[in-house]
Amino acid sequence: MDILMQISESLQKGDYGNVRELTMEALGKKLSPKAILDNGLIAGMDIVGEKFKNHQIFLPHVLLAAKAMYAGMDILKPLMIEEGIKTIGKVVIGSIKGDLHDIGKNLVGIMLKGAGFEVIDLGNDVPPEKFVETAKAENADAVGMSALLTTTMSGMKDVIDLLKRENLYGKIKVIIGGAPVTNEFAKEIGADAYAYDGINAVETVKGFIKIKQHE
Amino acid sequence: MNEFLDRIQAGEILIADGAMGTMLFQRGLKPGDCPEALNLSNPEILQEIAGLYLEAGAEIVQTNTFGGSPIKLAGYGLEHRTEDINKNAVFSVRKAVDGKAYISGSCGPCGQILKPYGDIESDQVFYSFKTQINALIEAGVDIICVETMTDLNEATLAIRAAKEILPSLPVMATMTFDPTPAGFYTIMGVDIKQAAEGLEEAGADLIGSNCGNGIENMIKIAREFKNVSNLPITIQSNAGLPKLDGLVPIYTETPEFVADKSRELFELGISVVGGCCGTTPDHIRAIRQTLISMKGIHR
Repeated sequence: MDILMQISESLQKGDYGNVRELTMEALGKKLSPKAILDNGLIAGMDIVGEKFKNHQIFLPHVLLAAKAMYAGMDILKPLMIEEGIKTIGKVVIGSIKGDLHDIGKNLVGIMLKGAGFEVIDLGNDVPPEKFVETAKAENADAVGMSALLTTTMSGMKDVIDLLKRENLYGKIKVIIGGAPVTNEFAKEIGADAYAYDGINAVETVKGFIKIKQHE
Repeated sequence: MNEFLDRIQAGEILIADGAMGTMLFQRGLKPGDCPEALNLSNPEILQEIAGLYLEAGAEIVQTNTFGGSPIKLAGYGLEHRTEDINKNAVFSVRKAVDGKAYISGSCGPCGQILKPYGDIESDQVFYSFKTQINALIEAGVDIICVETMTDLNEATLAIRAAKEILPSLPVMATMTFDPTPAGFYTIMGVDIKQAAEGLEEAGADLIGSNCGNGIENMIKIAREFKNVSNLPITIQSNAGLPKLDGLVPIYTETPEFVADKSRELFELGISVVGGCCGTTPDHIRAIRQTLISMKGIHR
């Protein structure tokens, strides 16, 4: 079997030890880090995401696959930086000010990284200014915000209002999520998208990047 | 044997209370504040809420300790106050119910994903639950309620912690399920049969479901639990999922609607019926009215 296919299959099984070894082996065979990432790691993660979306597998399986993804990424990342290869995009994520729930946000971060994005996680209880400042300084493609409490949802609108004031609205896309958040709410406050889970968030952010490339 | 369990085993149906968070936010809890910190700063609020649920007809009243495990409290830098936070919660409820209702010590998830999927060790989580539950038991709870669990391993750690400290103390254990095309599963992929078997094996005395996606789904979940388990079942449903009125989220299921639907839960032979997010003393009062109007059917 093709080594990239082996990487993809080991990743799907969540076998991070194997993914690490195979990634080294592939580098030894003079395969480019970019090819290993795209056709091995990301290819495997895409299948995991698809299965999760179809309810064929559950979250624990996805988390193990993501760990395997990291095992490969840890080896490839320094090489990619050396060669000046860019990640597919940069996303700033965090939980809204006053919200200390972070499992959902962490999952989105894991999935985005798993899909090959660069993720800057601001953590919990993030003030609106911090989201906007960081996104601006890092030249991020998107900001992802999570709220788990209905009472903290209005903080999301503050971030969008700030982006408008800074003339960044539309340039830096906004994606929101969390248990009480809905599509309706996203429209109401002017967010670019709502994602109902981590895999959906990855698809949505990929969609943003595609649109950006066409512009 | 414990008197609470005797009554349940004899076929009696008991009403539990409704939401805590919803009531706390109405009373000035600010977003981002630690709900359990109120146990130290404003215990009178908890006494008031317990009193309102008692007056509405709840026979089981919960403590404000859902996030009272040291791992969870550490998010607010309050882990060193674990003992006081949990004990005060019990004392506040006791002042209100004064022996007229059972005091149920709430234990929610630790907020982190356990190994191998996440980063926290089972041992740490077990110790965290044990620390919390020890304080609840020392303060004199009648029941431990392990709730809103999605990871079966985490739920069993909490149950085992309680049973290790005081085997005779009744433990209710409930998990939160979502509807999928393949049936009901927790986000961690646990189905109802696995949950029922795992919770029973760990030593839970009552098992079931709380939170979730509204009472109509909860009736289906309750039916599945009945089909796969002989243990008494407890059901505490949200008042639906919140919908938005402008920017204000509101729970859509009225006390009348929930009370009407709860008839089906009673007919299924569910032993403990209460409410979760979005339910109020009015919901509990209405559920109780339904039960009173049906009495004689089951006893």
